[in-house]
Amino acid sequence: MTIQDEQLPDISTGLLALIVRDVSLAVKRPGDVLNPLFFFAMVAALFPLVIGPGTEQLQSIGPGVLWVAALLATLLSLNSLFLSDHEDGSLEQMLVSPVPLAALALGKSAAHWLSSGLPLVLVSPVIAMTYQLSLSVTGVLMLTLLLGTISLSLLGSVGAALTVGLHRGTALLSLLILPLAMPVLIFGARTVSLVAAGDGVAGGLYFLGAYVLLMLSIAPFATAAALRISNE
Amino acid sequence: MWKFLHRLASPPHFYRIAINLIPWFAMPGLLLLAYGTYAGLFVAPADYQQGDAFRIIYVHVPAAYLSMMAYMIMAVSAGIGLIWRMKLAHAVAAAVAPLGASFTFLALATGSIWGRPMWGTWWEWGDPRLTSELVLLFLYFGYMALRNSIDDTSKADRASAVLAMVGAVNVPIIHFSVEWWSSLHQGSTLVRKGGPAMDAAMLYPLLAMIFGFTLVFGALLLRRLRAEVLFRERRKRWVRDLILSGNGKR
Repeated sequence: MTIQDEQLPDISTGLLALIVRDVSLAVKRPGDVLNPLFFFAMVAALFPLVIGPGTEQLQSIGPGVLWVAALLATLLSLNSLFLSDHEDGSLEQMLVSPVPLAALALGKSAAHWLSSGLPLVLVSPVIAMTYQLSLSVTGVLMLTLLLGTISLSLLGSVGAALTVGLHRGTALLSLLILPLAMPVLIFGARTVSLVAAGDGVAGGLYFLGAYVLLMLSIAPFATAAALRISNE
Repeated sequence: MWKFLHRLASPPHFYRIAINLIPWFAMPGLLLLAYGTYAGLFVAPADYQQGDAFRIIYVHVPAAYLSMMAYMIMAVSAGIGLIWRMKLAHAVAAAVAPLGASFTFLALATGSIWGRPMWGTWWEWGDPRLTSELVLLFLYFGYMALRNSIDDTSKADRASAVLAMVGAVNVPIIHFSVEWWSSLHQGSTLVRKGGPAMDAAMLYPLLAMIFGFTLVFGALLLRRLRAEVLFRERRKRWVRDLILSGNGKR
């Protein structure tokens, strides 16, 4: 049998296999999924304690606080995105795999979103309730978080790939990603605040959606390039 | 022309050519700065609304423009280095980052000082341009931190190049998303339809300062770049020959 006869795995098979692997790994180590969620809830719980429990005040800072907490929680989980793969050598297998590395990078981002972004979105209404946000505002908050965390998972994978294997990578990762994540944060939080003030929701969601598309078209390739550079 | 560019890209040639180029940037640059400073402080009339406080634009505007220019230079040369594997391009990116960060800091500091008499506060989060300059400063810090934390020069070059290019895509988006806030910053008086909305006595010193800053920036960049090239090539034969020939100054 020559090499040409061998069945090469196609892109979607490799992508799906990686997503299934990563998500099942996350399910088997529930701490990895739960810790960022607890962190998210705790950061959000700090603000009413230090600022005071006034309903109006909570309603006005709520969207911003929830968004910042979600961003920080995402950063916390991004740190380990490539860490275990780097330590047990499976990252090197991905680098030599016949499946394009950018597709695998996309798979890593997708799995990261499924095990960190999506749980954040699902937990957020509970926190929003403690901030006295109305039902419609909570709905918009969930929508912005849904779109925003996809962008953050994609953007963050670039930073995680650049810092994998570096000492003190955690602080560096935050320094790299936080300024780049500013548009998502601003549009996410401001859209929710504007809706709470009675404004339309479409503009902000369009922007967040456009940003997801932009990140989808850049981040996997940048992550792949960064992985190759940091693993030679 | 191509031959000249090709030679310029080789580190030993660049090192020799740059020393002759620096005065061509530094001398006219310093002259323009001297004229701009004098005319800006003494010749230009006080603004009818802002009084003498407006004079800080003679430092603020050039610094703000160079802070963004430097990021563009950094991202473009990082891209050239990544794609065509040009060593000198990576050295440019490495040399320009601290300069860009310094000019960003200068723009922030002067903006803040100007804000004190104008807005009555040192810092105003509602001003989108000042806020996006701050984000730009953080982008520079991230870039330099990534570079510093990788020991291998070639690896640091390429990793930070990826970051600079992702950052360059994001810079305009960051700028406009911050601008989405209600704006306090006064609109651009220089670049607008129908020419600059500024009296000639105020305008000429500003133009002189902008060109002077740019030229001095070029001279500083060349100087930094020479040092960077020398450091990167420290194990090469031409550097050893240069030092042994006792001609280290040239």
